[in-house]
Amino acid sequence: MAMRWLLAAIAAFGCTAVVPLALGQNPVSADPSAKGQVELRGAGATFPAPLYQKWIDVYTQANPNISIKYQGVGSGEGSQLFLEQKVDFGASDAALSDAQIAQAKAGVTLVPTTAGIIVLAYNLPDVKGTLKLSRDVYADIFAGKIRQWDDPRIQALNPDLKLPKQTITLVARKDSSGTTYALTNHLSTISEAWRTQGPGIGKLIEWPGISTVARGNEGVAGRIKHSWGSIGYVEYGFAKRLGLPMVYLQNKAGRYVEPGPQSGQAALAANVNQVPSNLRLFLPDPDGEDSYPIITLTWLLLHNHYVEPQKGMALKGFVDWALTDGQRFSGDMGYIPLPADLAMRARAAVDAVQ
Amino acid sequence: MLGEPWHRIISITSTDPDRSPARHPGGDYALDRGFRGIAWTSAALILALVAYIIVEIGGKALPAIAEYGFGFLTSTTWNVQEGHFGILPEIWGTLYSSLLALILGGVFGITIAIFLTQDFLPSRLAVVFRTIIELLAAIPSVVFGLWGIYVLIPMLRPAANWLHEEFGVVPFFGTSLSGPGLAPAALVLAIMILPTVASISVDALRQIPYKVKEAAYGMGTTRWEAILKVMLPTAGSGILAALVLGFGRALGETMALAMLIGNSNQISLSLFAPANTLAALLASNFPEAGEVEVQALMYAALALLAITLVVNIVGLAAMKFATRKFEAER
Repeated sequence: MAMRWLLAAIAAFGCTAVVPLALGQNPVSADPSAKGQVELRGAGATFPAPLYQKWIDVYTQANPNISIKYQGVGSGEGSQLFLEQKVDFGASDAALSDAQIAQAKAGVTLVPTTAGIIVLAYNLPDVKGTLKLSRDVYADIFAGKIRQWDDPRIQALNPDLKLPKQTITLVARKDSSGTTYALTNHLSTISEAWRTQGPGIGKLIEWPGISTVARGNEGVAGRIKHSWGSIGYVEYGFAKRLGLPMVYLQNKAGRYVEPGPQSGQAALAANVNQVPSNLRLFLPDPDGEDSYPIITLTWLLLHNHYVEPQKGMALKGFVDWALTDGQRFSGDMGYIPLPADLAMRARAAVDAVQ
Repeated sequence: MLGEPWHRIISITSTDPDRSPARHPGGDYALDRGFRGIAWTSAALILALVAYIIVEIGGKALPAIAEYGFGFLTSTTWNVQEGHFGILPEIWGTLYSSLLALILGGVFGITIAIFLTQDFLPSRLAVVFRTIIELLAAIPSVVFGLWGIYVLIPMLRPAANWLHEEFGVVPFFGTSLSGPGLAPAALVLAIMILPTVASISVDALRQIPYKVKEAAYGMGTTRWEAILKVMLPTAGSGILAALVLGFGRALGETMALAMLIGNSNQISLSLFAPANTLAALLASNFPEAGEVEVQALMYAALALLAITLVVNIVGLAAMKFATRKFEAER
């Protein structure tokens, strides 16, 4: 537990370093519809949590009558709290399954808010230069079939690097997580063995290799930072803030792509035309020459009907702002702004909420 | 065995009724009665408290016991989503880390006890040393944890990785030390049980009548023969008690281990692999646990209690054996 506090502190320290950069630019349209003090509570994914916190800070500064609290408890927990109606809005990187949608008493609107890439961050202090991993190799690393860094298959892909004779320690999520869902969904798509004999797709799975678990994206990033020979999966921004090196992954077109907002943007742009009417788009293996292979949208979960109209109005105002003006904060923080037409469709969905 | 102290108390009070001067027989009688009453009540309260805790934990664990049965102890998955719970890796990690800690802490603790009691140091200096060692017990667990993360692990890592590179075939060195893992956890545990082991062993060695040592010297033993063949066996039961208490402490230690052991749900012989212990599992999973997981955690707590109980019983039995063998000859 103390470990978690510590890591949270490290992550928070990382966040505060980014915040001042974006603070200069915040003329926000005041929301005329919400009167009186409104308090909104939300919980869910840790993946977009820094961005949501940023949005909340900026928006509530311009609209002091609204206060919004968001807790990054993980997508699984967040969806659960949302379905039990213990929070006003939820957040999940795995959206909601059809079964979960059927459970929602007040109905549910899925609003994609931003997208992000999931990077494989690692810690090999003596290895300088970029590490490249092909699709079958990183699938086998997560499947526990490749257990040493100096494995010939890794070495063959990186002839210039001097890889140490160290055990590969996987750092995975301890809590039920949309990030885990997106990664396992991707692995299952690219690897026959993962699909048929592996641990499958889920927000929480049993990792076959030498693995250690930590809570939240910030927890995983912090654990990687402290552990030599480790590799783990986190949202790009978390790895960037801690200065962790990230693997260049091979995409569907066979190219090795540098992880970053550009390659994520490319992946989203090349596949945005597939978005279904409920806005639940998963891209387990995006097409495109320059696409980064592991990408996920992240969703806010709104009830279709709010008993207190004030809350509904305030929340709609906030989300609508986030989908328009708020998008410009995404890029700076390592996320991918939504393509304009997807943002338009998301706003239309928000508008239907009562 | 547990009844023995009671025997002594009762025999003292019952066989020496004339010891107290009978000037105020009524008042003394009341005092005696009163004191005995308080002693009995306190003892009964402690027993009741332990019983209450066990019943409470057992009651909360009951649904989990009914659902998972004995398989809980032998299964290796902990998946909240699918409702599969098993604690074999945690049981393994608890015993493995505690055993390593006991070996290290035991050797050093007993050595220190010998050093402090067998006239290696002027007695005043020995007192200072002993106080310093007992101060270790006052350091909070979380400080040990942080020290482990920021000092011990970076210090240990090069050596561990060298061992892995050179002797990777040996199962104990089968993985490299990436960060948190069994070795740093066991080392910190050893330091944490050191004061317990050392100070109880010191007391045990101090209790030996001086004439025993003189007799040994008188028979022509060297100093080392006297220490190893006379003093240590004579203090045997006390030293065993020290080890049992130290092991018990190691089994239940939580915070430092939760920070250092790596929360990994797997069984590995390697000293450098991440692992998990029961106490660390409880500490790290309780805060966010849902209803079903809490029941499973209560079951795990019950398992930890049972392990501690078994260790204590085995320890007491060993002590009894040692007492008979060596101390009867006093």
